[in-house]
Amino acid sequence: MDPTQSTLVQAQGLLRTRQISAVELTQAFLERIDRINPVINAYITVDHDGALEAARAADRCLRAGNATPLTGIPIGVKDLFCTENVRTTCGSRMLANFRPPYESTVTRRLKEAGAVILGKTNMDEFAMGSSNETSFFGPVRNPWDIGRIPGGSSGGSAAALAAHLALATIGSDTGGSIRQPAALTGISGLKPTYGRISRYGMIAFASSLDQAGPLARDAADIAVVLQILAGHDPMDSTSIEADVPDYFNTLANRLDGLRIGIPEEYHPDGLDPEIRCALKEAERVLLDLGASIIPVSLPHTRYAIPTYYIIAPAEASSNLARYDGIRFGYRCQEPKDLNDLYTRTRSEGFGPEVRRRIMLGTYVLSSGYYDAYYRKAQKVRRLIAQDFHQAFEAVDLLLTPTTPGTAFPLGERVDDPVAMYLSDIFTINVNLAGLPGMSIPCGVDQRGLPIGMQMIAPVLKEERVLATAHAFQCATSWHQRQPEL
Amino acid sequence: MTYDPNYETVIGLEVHAQMLTRSKIFCGCPTTFGSEANGQICPVCAAFPGVLPVLNTELVRMAIKTGLAIRGTIRHHSEFARKNYFYPDLPAGYQISQFELPIIEGGELIIVAQDGVPKRIGMTRIHMEVDAGKSLHEGIQGASWVDLNRTGTPLLEIVSEPDLGTAQEAGDYLKKLRSILRYLQVCDGNMEEGSFRCDANVSVRKRGATRLGTRTELKNLNSIRNVMRAIEYEAERQIDALESGIPVVQETRLWDANQNVTRSMRGKEEAHDYRYFPEPDLPPLIISQQRIEAIREQLPELPDAKGQRFMSQLGLSEYDAGVLTASREMAMFFEETVRAGAQPKAAANWISVELLGRLNREGLDIEQSRVTPVHLGRLLVLIQNNEISGKMAKDVFDLMLASGTGPDQIVQERGLKQVSDSVAIGAIIDQVLAQNPQQVQQFRQGKTKVIGFLVGQVMKASQGQANPATVNALLQEKLSG
Repeated sequence: MDPTQSTLVQAQGLLRTRQISAVELTQAFLERIDRINPVINAYITVDHDGALEAARAADRCLRAGNATPLTGIPIGVKDLFCTENVRTTCGSRMLANFRPPYESTVTRRLKEAGAVILGKTNMDEFAMGSSNETSFFGPVRNPWDIGRIPGGSSGGSAAALAAHLALATIGSDTGGSIRQPAALTGISGLKPTYGRISRYGMIAFASSLDQAGPLARDAADIAVVLQILAGHDPMDSTSIEADVPDYFNTLANRLDGLRIGIPEEYHPDGLDPEIRCALKEAERVLLDLGASIIPVSLPHTRYAIPTYYIIAPAEASSNLARYDGIRFGYRCQEPKDLNDLYTRTRSEGFGPEVRRRIMLGTYVLSSGYYDAYYRKAQKVRRLIAQDFHQAFEAVDLLLTPTTPGTAFPLGERVDDPVAMYLSDIFTINVNLAGLPGMSIPCGVDQRGLPIGMQMIAPVLKEERVLATAHAFQCATSWHQRQPEL
Repeated sequence: MTYDPNYETVIGLEVHAQMLTRSKIFCGCPTTFGSEANGQICPVCAAFPGVLPVLNTELVRMAIKTGLAIRGTIRHHSEFARKNYFYPDLPAGYQISQFELPIIEGGELIIVAQDGVPKRIGMTRIHMEVDAGKSLHEGIQGASWVDLNRTGTPLLEIVSEPDLGTAQEAGDYLKKLRSILRYLQVCDGNMEEGSFRCDANVSVRKRGATRLGTRTELKNLNSIRNVMRAIEYEAERQIDALESGIPVVQETRLWDANQNVTRSMRGKEEAHDYRYFPEPDLPPLIISQQRIEAIREQLPELPDAKGQRFMSQLGLSEYDAGVLTASREMAMFFEETVRAGAQPKAAANWISVELLGRLNREGLDIEQSRVTPVHLGRLLVLIQNNEISGKMAKDVFDLMLASGTGPDQIVQERGLKQVSDSVAIGAIIDQVLAQNPQQVQQFRQGKTKVIGFLVGQVMKASQGQANPATVNALLQEKLSG
């Protein structure tokens, strides 16, 4: 059997029972990456040596009998998690040769758990984008149709999974960057509660919205990875100090008594009928599993995009000020003076979408505009969060489509930023409210492209999302479909 | 300098005080610097991608102490904010500071105005922020260098109300504030080295006017004397301008201490738009009343309270109490001297006249005194017990100051102990009288002043060790006999 076709939990079994060694498993993935990545472009950097060294260490642990659930598991990491001495580009020319002198908490935890990091996955530049077309290292192709985008910004992490180039990957989600590409590539992706996973060493886009999370083939695999990543980190003052439940052992087969809310605002008239249909079918499955379906309303939903496109660029304009060509990263040739150094370094080092958002953010924070934009957006953000809190008084979980459409062709929306921004319309509010949200496959369109559904739970109720997803996946096989490559 | 009596000056001061925490504000790097540039920095100091700030709680404790000492209100909920601007020594491109919700609001400081009447100076706010690095330009061709060692040093920005009316008051305010920070042991107050920095906002208006005039902000004031001189110059400059019909322009001006002038640095139009917004990497700072009270209980006695106690309990004059509480070290020196047995008034005299006079000549601070308070206390006990004379004590004191040795050892080694034994002194007197029959004759004829000469001869013969009071009494007795 080809081990790259297994799930993470299945591979765990193969490793434990010595049917395969970690080195063999890692080699299988590295060979597949070498063969398929040139087409898909899911990885920016493949760390052959580091991966094999980690695999050898994992084999020693497995032999000694002190393995963790991740020991020897090959994982891809989005290229915005700093990895000591391994190039971390953030998809940007600005950091094309940046080798961090330190390790992010996410990758440190993975390494300490014995995971094998195969490499760094492609992404939209500084995580700004919904199609992975803004990457300095070229677009990622959707394994279901290489003429189409995989979604973004964690497009490389999602495509790597769909193409079986890792058993799990780590992404980050600021407005839908895990869930949207998961939906468009037919895999499962979880954005945990804001603060559930440390942001230390994760290159910032919008600090109050950024959240790391796992992508994998199914909910059970995600539970295993989340277990390692979740928990307070003294290096991140915004990470939550709360106990971490046992995600794997709380996975369920039945959903008796679970009240699932369907927010009417997430089913607008213009919604793709195939997606509407897939969601209806999913509701039927959930009813069969014992859940009840209740219509709810989230009245401030329509303010999501404008609110997000004030707050996220505002924070980004400040977070990205450090790329000035002085201490690390790209520096323009022969600057005439300080201003020239700043202007040319940043004009040449950043791509157009990043520059657009820096300008947007600078504008909304500037003197005289702050109250009209930033302060008002923060107020609306609170109203959006309140909508969710009120809904969760009547239901345990919300079910929505993840995206308004399936994967679109490469280049289609490159020149229309607003159309691009609208592809995150169903995911952004979850970030604004800081809630856990997960996308899992629930159907296909007539082209055979995956459709995703999103589940949203109250703060720190990741286990509820995972349990529901697991029950759904026990009753369906959408998550087992594979693209032909 | 004389002001135009038709005008009054309005001054508000902004002080940046470096806090004496052991580590930096947002990382574990030490705040004590080696000589090597960029030798004390980490990825947080250099604002590498992905790093996050973690607040040093010791700084919060120091800010609360300072707030309590100036009777300000400690906010239970305060917030950090980012102040955005580009500069090479500001690695993140923003300074983490506090803006809308500072940790301390309000408060007051009492200074003694020129007429001797206490004056209340209102405090606007105190907030926490991070210091920047240093740009180095001197001696470098075609480039500037950046040293980030200072980056991350914690600062308190302490802002006064525009309640100061003269350069003298501004100077008194700064001395008072610095003394409080030193008493609290939160700042070393060294202006020359930049750990206590001051910017001054100065405006003038016609006496009696209610509206404030246009202000200028003065920078580059690296000593209290320069603060005062710059304010004096600037007030005169503004009055001259207004009298000539030229309006004052709101701008930032640099003090040039060599030319004794202020010069325009940047106008209002060139002022930065700092684009403040709440710092998303740090949660709001929540401080419970319980925590505030616990810190209040540990507050040391502050200069005003100490001065009051020195007057009421130890009987010092207001002047002495002022001198001896001017710094925490001075007050500690005095109190230890008294604890060693000295009478408070004598201790106050000896410290403010003898010790400070000599230290000043040598350009030393009281912390650098080679005479310890215990030794000074012991010296004063020797005087109180008539074991040495006051005159001899000054010689002993000089030796103590030069050598750092205790008074007992000096007195012992040099045989300086005062002789009060009337038999021994009587013998010397008999000898002196025998050698000076002429003076004895004169005394007996009524020229009693001559006794001074005879006392001098006895003291000389005793090598200064005879107790002068005993000598006097015995001489009187013998000459009258």
